[in-house]
Amino acid sequence: MSDYRRIIADGLWTNNQALVALLGLCPLLAVSSTLVNGLGLGLATTSVLVASNVTVSFIRNWVRQEVRLPVFVLVIASFVTAVELAMNAWFHDLYKILGIFIPLIVTNCTIVGRAEAFASRNPVPAAALDGLAMGLGFTLVLMVLGGLRELVGQGTLLSGLHLMFGENLRDFSFSLGSDYHGLILAILPPGAFFGLGLLIALKYVIDRKIEQRAARRNTETEAPSGTAAPAAEG
Amino acid sequence: MKFPVHTSPYGRLPNSVTRVMAEVLLALVPGVVALVWYFGWGVVINIAIAGITAVAAEAVILRLRRRPVGRTLADLSALVTAVLLAIALPPLLPWWLTVLGTLFAIVFVKHLYGGLGYNPFNPAMAAYVLLLISFPVAMTRWLPPEMLTDVHLTFLQTLQAIFTGQLPGALTWDAVTSATPLDEMRTQLEFNRTISEIRQSPLWGDFGARGWEWVGNWFGLGGLFLLWRRVIGWQIPVAMLAGLLVTSGIFWLFDPESIPFPGFHLFSGGTILGAFFIATDPVTASTTPKGRLVYGFLIGVIVFIIRTWGGYPDAVAFAVLLMNMAAPTIDYYTRPRVFGERENGDG
Repeated sequence: MSDYRRIIADGLWTNNQALVALLGLCPLLAVSSTLVNGLGLGLATTSVLVASNVTVSFIRNWVRQEVRLPVFVLVIASFVTAVELAMNAWFHDLYKILGIFIPLIVTNCTIVGRAEAFASRNPVPAAALDGLAMGLGFTLVLMVLGGLRELVGQGTLLSGLHLMFGENLRDFSFSLGSDYHGLILAILPPGAFFGLGLLIALKYVIDRKIEQRAARRNTETEAPSGTAAPAAEG
Repeated sequence: MKFPVHTSPYGRLPNSVTRVMAEVLLALVPGVVALVWYFGWGVVINIAIAGITAVAAEAVILRLRRRPVGRTLADLSALVTAVLLAIALPPLLPWWLTVLGTLFAIVFVKHLYGGLGYNPFNPAMAAYVLLLISFPVAMTRWLPPEMLTDVHLTFLQTLQAIFTGQLPGALTWDAVTSATPLDEMRTQLEFNRTISEIRQSPLWGDFGARGWEWVGNWFGLGGLFLLWRRVIGWQIPVAMLAGLLVTSGIFWLFDPESIPFPGFHLFSGGTILGAFFIATDPVTASTTPKGRLVYGFLIGVIVFIIRTWGGYPDAVAFAVLLMNMAAPTIDYYTRPRVFGERENGDG
């Protein structure tokens, strides 16, 4: 059980593909101009990641070492094509906005990275969970970065929600008011780099705080009870 | 008998970051006075806003980074950044844009990269580009020089315009502000007018635009002072001006009616200020003598390219930032030969 727990923690935080592994930066930086764009591309990536991880894990015992990469790419490319066609059919407006970046999911290093590093060495359930966790971790970063850039750059949040969830959510967006003209740089590519840099820094700060707190708790609990080191659950 | 033996260096100059920065500030004075003379009090107010913001931001971030606050503040480098940014800004720019730009320069461009001496990009120019890209309307609202306008704002009126956006009486922004000469030249050229037609306008002086060319001269004087004091080397300013003159000269010879003559480029926009004060930033520029020649020359070439075919009227900031990126590579290929080392190969 703790194994699955670690997979989830890895994907969402400890080994987050965007913030720690710094993989898949091309779509991450290019598409995160609004929160909804980020969510759309994140979910598309997640579905490809889960599907490819499961498939690669299924066939891991039949694929020879020498040809594994072409096989992975073939698997990933087929799923990306499927996702692209599905988005064209059901989320056509979002599909038009994300444009080239949906087919480009195939080049996202995260996907082939997880196939190589995890799915080809682990059983199917673990691989599926890994794909889901990694994908969601990537999606979260995309959403936070997209939200940040959208808020600073054009003074809105959740604009374009109707692209994903239907017309009745068209007006469900937060705005800083028409007086705010926005820092256009945040929408432009440099804004994405600054935003990502700040998010990575924030993650380090949080990690260090957690570490310090854990160390303090350790010394506190050790002092009175002596030898009873707290048995970590996870 | 015992003779004391000293090691080199034997001659010592009182040389410190503080002295260099103080002399840069001193050298900027004539140019700033000229700016105030031609464009009003806004320049002084901008310098004050930027200066206060820069020092405050530097103090806060030094404290956050647990560095000695007092000693680092005393090196005046934050102040130089603030002044260089402020004199590049339009005189009536809303105060919060000046504050935003200065914060970006000090916090993001300087300290997030490690502080003075570690920043790969010129802080003042990066902040200028941030503002220019993000707030194009406010950043192109320059004032006409004093001899070309009937509107002369007093100190208090300028203060009011900067802090509240209110102009006195029935004045509108369009009546007070005008495009910069480089902007004007570009717009007119787009209407397919020839240079000689365009230069009929009273806007133009002997070389560049009236007012502007004299601001350039006074900054040039400050630059000569820096050269004399050995604060900057001759390589970068000379190479940058040569790069601009040679490139524009070649194109001007071929097409004198749609490419402004070299003297115009020299005395327009931020050329002189850029050549002496901005491109020569010791942290972000190339450091080898030969490298400085290459670095400066390419800045001049890029300035001409962007001014002539690019999307923005002036280009000193963009050119300096682009070459900042190239500086480490230039340094790598122009390392001077160590005395005793053979010409090629490492012996």
